Amino acid sequence: MDEFTLSRTFINLIIATKWTIILSLIAFVGGGLVGALIALMRISSNKLLSRISWLYIEFFQGTPLLLQLFLAFFGFSVVTGINLSPLVAAAIALTAYTSAFLGDIWRGSIQAVPRGQWQAASAIGFGYFDQLRLIILPQAVRLAIAPTVGFLVQVIKGTSLASIIGFTELSRAASLINNVTLQSLLIFGLAGLIYFALCYPLSTWSQQLEKKLAYK
Amino acid sequence: MTSLQTELNGKSTATLEKPPIIVAKNVEKTYGNGFHVLKGVSLTVNKGEVVVLMGPSGSGKSTFIRTFNGLEPYQKGSIEIDGTPISNGKKGIELVRREVGMVFQQFNLFPHLTVLKNITIGPIKLRGLSKADAEQAAMELLEKVGIAHQAKKYPGQLSGGQQQRVAIARALAMKPKVMLFDEPTSALDPEMVREVLDVMRSLAESGMTMVCVTHEVGFAREVADRIIFLTEGNLIADTTPDQFFNNPKEERLKTFLSQILH
Ligand SMILES: Nc1ncnc2c1ncn2[C@@H]1O[C@H](COP(=O)(O)OP(=O)(O)O)[C@@H](O)[C@H]1O
Ligand SMILES: [Mg+2]
Repeated sequence: MDEFTLSRTFINLIIATKWTIILSLIAFVGGGLVGALIALMRISSNKLLSRISWLYIEFFQGTPLLLQLFLAFFGFSVVTGINLSPLVAAAIALTAYTSAFLGDIWRGSIQAVPRGQWQAASAIGFGYFDQLRLIILPQAVRLAIAPTVGFLVQVIKGTSLASIIGFTELSRAASLINNVTLQSLLIFGLAGLIYFALCYPLSTWSQQLEKKLAYK
Repeated sequence: MTSLQTELNGKSTATLEKPPIIVAKNVEKTYGNGFHVLKGVSLTVNKGEVVVLMGPSGSGKSTFIRTFNGLEPYQKGSIEIDGTPISNGKKGIELVRREVGMVFQQFNLFPHLTVLKNITIGPIKLRGLSKADAEQAAMELLEKVGIAHQAKKYPGQLSGGQQQRVAIARALAMKPKVMLFDEPTSALDPEMVREVLDVMRSLAESGMTMVCVTHEVGFAREVADRIIFLTEGNLIADTTPDQFFNNPKEERLKTFLSQILH
């Protein structure tokens, strides 16, 4: 009986892990795309675009992710009358949250490339987007890897907050199983191990990537 | 007979006369903070001429030569490069920049690209050269500046002098009509200054039109056709090296020379 419970528990946690991974991937991809746009707007010489993206970054960095989840889940239906599923609401909130942080990290990486690089590219005759694409971004990417991956690890852990709006990912599954079996240490211990197994490879991968991309 | 001769003479001097490559007229610039850095500076540089620009630190030398390729916008006056006006916020400034090579004090090589790629990226992307053609041309240039054997290295693996020679080759690869040098040896250790000046010297001998900001007196004396002197945003001397060093008239220039000639 005990063994049956353990394997059942484990299978349920693994199934829920699938949703943690899906939600993380949505946040990475959505947040990455929007974040790239935010970073480009932030460094633009157009004052309006730059201001808008500044505001976006400040808002989503300056408010708790939990509140953003509430806003997406409850706020959206109040304003539009449409009820979002927990998955969609969580995806929207995590994308916004991730994009603000990645946008800011990438802005910083781009601006950390010395001004002389822009000038040299410009002096050769490259236009703005060629300068960015051929000269600046390849250098900025190297600077961005460590903080980007570091933040993605935060995002994976951050998906656990989606449990509060009723989305059954790893944390919520663990909590539900615990309510039935009351084997807290075992269940939350297992969930912790699964989170670790998701996050740890990312960190080591980032270190390898950094080494591989170093000059020379 | 005499009239025919004058006509012929007139024609021959007209074709012999070097056409102007840079024509700057009354260029004025004020920085965003209100600093009036160029106060109406005029300069004409003819094809094949080597002009050395000297002046105290902060006099506006860098700002001035950077207006020639649109790296610095200016507010009043006009600048033409080989007949094409350089004006603020104008589309197509990139096309003029291809014709104007620039070498910076800090080299500004692209650290993520090999020496060879630093040189070929412009010709391949902007001049439409094939990779093979661009690389062949790049190797010839590297040969000329004496570092062909370093082609596969990254800039960070080279000495300052070598990096600056690559930077010169990179600018030359675009086949510019004029080369601008902004204190190309100021960031170098003393033992590396010469290798860079030698490259500049042979470039001048090959007939390249050059404007060089430099305090290298030997180079200015031997290589420059003219030396111009900028102080506090005004161009107060435009003369031969001999006049400049041996017979300076302006007080400000005399003071300057007494400082750099020890
Ligand atoms: N972006 C800027 N904003 C305001 N002042 C500047 C800027 N760049 C340069 N200056 C000032 O303009 C003056 C001329 O600078 P620069 O052209 O670099 O002189 P030089 O090359 O002769 O040393 C200096 O006093 C410098 O402090
Ligand atoms: Mg200067």
